[in-house]
Amino acid sequence: MKPAVRTGSYYMTGDVACAEGAIAAGCLFFGAYPITPATEVAEHMAERLPDVGGTFIQMEDEIAAIASILGAAWTGVKSMTATSGPGFSLMMENLGLGVCTETPCVIINVQRTGPSTGLPTQTGQGDMMQARWGSHGDYELIALAPSSPQDCFYHTILAFNLSEKYRVPVLVMADEIVGHMSEKVVIPDAKEIKLESRPKPKGRKDRFKLYEPGPNGVAPMPSIGEGYNVHVTGLTHDERGYPAMDTEEQENMLARIKGKIRNNLDDIIHTEEYMMDDADIVIVSYGISTRTGLTAVDEARKLGYKVGLFRLITVWPFPEQKIHEIASRVKGLITIEINLGQVHYEVERCAHGQAETHLVGSAGGKIIHPDKVVSLIKEVFQP
Amino acid sequence: MTKNPKPLGKNPVGHPLDDLIRTERIPHIWCSGCGIGTVFSSCLSAIKATEIPYNEFTMVSGIGCSARAAGYIKVDSFHTTHGRAIPFASGIKMAKPDLNVIVFSGDGDLFAIGGNHFIHAARRNMDMTVICVNNLIYGMTGGQVAATTPANAKTTTTPFGNPDAPFNLPLLAYASGASYVARWTILHVRDLTNAINEAIRHRGFSFIEVLAPCPINYGRRNKEKPLDTLKLYRENTIIKNGADPAIADVDFDRGVILGTFINRDRSTCDDMYEATCRRNSED
Ligand SMILES: Cc1ncc(C[n+]2csc(CCOP(=O)(O)OP(=O)(O)O)c2C)c(N)n1
Repeated sequence: MKPAVRTGSYYMTGDVACAEGAIAAGCLFFGAYPITPATEVAEHMAERLPDVGGTFIQMEDEIAAIASILGAAWTGVKSMTATSGPGFSLMMENLGLGVCTETPCVIINVQRTGPSTGLPTQTGQGDMMQARWGSHGDYELIALAPSSPQDCFYHTILAFNLSEKYRVPVLVMADEIVGHMSEKVVIPDAKEIKLESRPKPKGRKDRFKLYEPGPNGVAPMPSIGEGYNVHVTGLTHDERGYPAMDTEEQENMLARIKGKIRNNLDDIIHTEEYMMDDADIVIVSYGISTRTGLTAVDEARKLGYKVGLFRLITVWPFPEQKIHEIASRVKGLITIEINLGQVHYEVERCAHGQAETHLVGSAGGKIIHPDKVVSLIKEVFQP
Repeated sequence: MTKNPKPLGKNPVGHPLDDLIRTERIPHIWCSGCGIGTVFSSCLSAIKATEIPYNEFTMVSGIGCSARAAGYIKVDSFHTTHGRAIPFASGIKMAKPDLNVIVFSGDGDLFAIGGNHFIHAARRNMDMTVICVNNLIYGMTGGQVAATTPANAKTTTTPFGNPDAPFNLPLLAYASGASYVARWTILHVRDLTNAINEAIRHRGFSFIEVLAPCPINYGRRNKEKPLDTLKLYRENTIIKNGADPAIADVDFDRGVILGTFINRDRSTCDDMYEATCRRNSED
């Protein structure tokens, strides 16, 4: 067996960095179906997983891929899949099963432009709302957005940590540019990587309840074969995990599924700030569009504008409080994203009329040029 | 008038399969006259007969009346999404190959919405036992046409009779690569139990089709009383081990073939992964 953490400094693509991040996080099962621009994640996992005693399987479609990683997760291993738009759509029903059965797993979506087959080889950020609520029913999950190959490495580890800690599927919403670009990626020593694993049950097996929440709202999770005789169902269930066809249990279940996320926002929401101290215009951005934003900040500052950038690493759950608070002290918020307005409307909702909100969007296919942002700033704000 | 049985005393005599049942979940949802319960108890008897510790088993099902079995068996059990039991089970098997994985589901679940997964798991010889309760209909949703409904049969979505032809499941399983293929009816409980036992111990993709009545949704619409169905199972079936699956269509006029069609050795998916990928990656 070879080491899971390939400590060193590399020149690698975001897709490969996602795969290396997964393996460093202890992922031992990967099931997927090839799709541009996520295929390289699968190719790298196919090569690397046997090295570390893990299993790679190319399933017959994306529905099977996500079903396989959910099944694998219940054997106690960390599991992952990777896909893009059309495959992400196919995964939606079983994503809901993962949420409902509180199954930890990681799904990488290297976004391309849609709708439908769209521009298969070109970037997009049009799946953000689908990431939020693409499966039917009401729920919470976690979605992260890397903006570089180095992020891909760390955010995939973060995704595993959050998914294990909160027993929830975590989405890594990369995009074609981040996935395909090669940049320097530093992989640290294994001992510098902090890993979380799912809470395990203690105490009497016959009294065990599969969904009885622990202190942070998350229930301990046994694995198949440990003697807990769990029943896992996508039907509305009680704390034992048994189907319970009534509205009261539905309320309890949703309260737990949503509560474990909503009551731990400080731990789950990761953001970064750039030049925010004196800023009165704030760019809100995530993923590849963060890089548009960073350049736009520098350019606009040269023109005398006090611009800062607020970057969402965690896009879902949305940093509502933080946006609300920023909006209360600035003139305007500008969202940059490669779609025609998705996260922008969330920013608008949370700004709640306290500051102007603007969108610099695009129909997709390429990164947004910083000039577009600077022009907007010049058009609507005074330095 | 029939008399109700005497109420049981304080310590009712247990059922021999109670140790494999979530008794707190009884009564089950199955209608009287339904065949699923018989298949389920055959499955539990077979598990018991293997003498393999229960915690080395797991049951995975999709959605449907048959799929509810996973909610009654007392081993780690998974009631997943419609059609997706097999890929969910494949993930379990490949991540932990020493488990005995049983997929228990309906014909609609396994062969309409889940048909693609079935053929691929069979092709890979994924080491699992797939038990299909074939009631010729979608039971749970109230009697719509299935991929197994006989031509001309009436269902709620074929009010003038089924214009399509049904699958021959043993042939489909065989052609896809299954290494164990059998068919029984719920009238052949002992054969069925032995077959499930054999299938569990068989290394590779094992498929057992079980013909089971759905008097409410199939029988009622096709002038088949519950007893008529059982008579067909007794009188219009031919037990023939080793029969050619190509002639295994469900046609009660010609006689429906029962027995073990296929029992062959083929490397399993997990063996092949070990031999092909893990060993080569060490170089
Ligand atoms: C994606 C999806 N489509 C449709 C359904 C509705 N549905 C539930 S069970 C079922 C058919 C079940 O038939 P079968 O698998 O033959 O099982 P039976 O109830 O007869 O045992 C259908 C169509 C569903 N649950 N999910």
